[in-house]
Amino acid sequence: MKKIAIQLAALVFALVLGSAMLDLDPAPVDLRPAVAAHLEASGVAHPVTAVLLNYRGYDTLLEVAVLLLALFAILAVIPDSQTGRPTPAAPVLQTLARLAVPLMLVTATFLLWAGAFRPGGAFQAGSVLAAALVLLHLTGLLAGWPQPGARLRWGLAAGFLVFLAVAAALLLQGHLLQYPPAWAGLLILCIEFALTLSLGLLLAGLFLFLSRDTEGAP
Amino acid sequence: MSAALAFDLLLAAGLLWSAWQSLSSARLDRAILLFITFGLLLTLAWARLSAPDIGLAEAAIGAGLTGALLLDAYRALKQGSDAQVNR
Repeated sequence: MKKIAIQLAALVFALVLGSAMLDLDPAPVDLRPAVAAHLEASGVAHPVTAVLLNYRGYDTLLEVAVLLLALFAILAVIPDSQTGRPTPAAPVLQTLARLAVPLMLVTATFLLWAGAFRPGGAFQAGSVLAAALVLLHLTGLLAGWPQPGARLRWGLAAGFLVFLAVAAALLLQGHLLQYPPAWAGLLILCIEFALTLSLGLLLAGLFLFLSRDTEGAP
Repeated sequence: MSAALAFDLLLAAGLLWSAWQSLSSARLDRAILLFITFGLLLTLAWARLSAPDIGLAEAAIGAGLTGALLLDAYRALKQGSDAQVNR
């Protein structure tokens, strides 16, 4: 009896939720013409990249800060133990990984470059970079990371720091992240480049800092 | 019924099926594989909604990295329980 009541309640809730979605009014403000009208001044030719890094640049800035904070939290709670060399995978897998990783680096670079005028951008490029690192780790070619050293720390923070530096420099001119149109393309490319590197390390870090392959280690 | 509509309906049914199977599966490894399948189908759905940017991010982060993390966690869980059994 109780089970039937719960299922009935869930069904009614699902129906109400579905009808609410169908009832939604179209967005009261259509931003697409505004985005298209200012695309010339944004420094890039792809509207999604223009929104992410120019019109709503501070959203992306804070997003990167949140990711960095998440990694800090992980670094704060994991035990400070030595990671041994991971068990190597089968030779076929290792060879495949060795072949795939250079291609993934090329893909990441392409995605970064393509972000200016077609779907792509720093987040996608960064995650391909991270996937390459994870692949290397899973096949036993790259050991899990212990507590990060100075170089890795700078790499992790680079994207956020570059973004913050650009924002601070532009703040002196009056407005937060309001790029001068002549410089916009170059600034966005610099930020995206640093972001790709940092996001790749950050996302891979979520994996590699947590990985504890103790086989072979004391 | 056009081919595009049939494909969309099939995609929607596949999404619901993989989501339900992933949640209700009793075996963890099966649930994780179905979760990855769900992510890849969702990528196709975003592409059909002409949002390739979100599709790319979903494929790389949602299906790829999260799937790998889950599989790694599964391996760690299994090693942990094996060690307890052997002790």
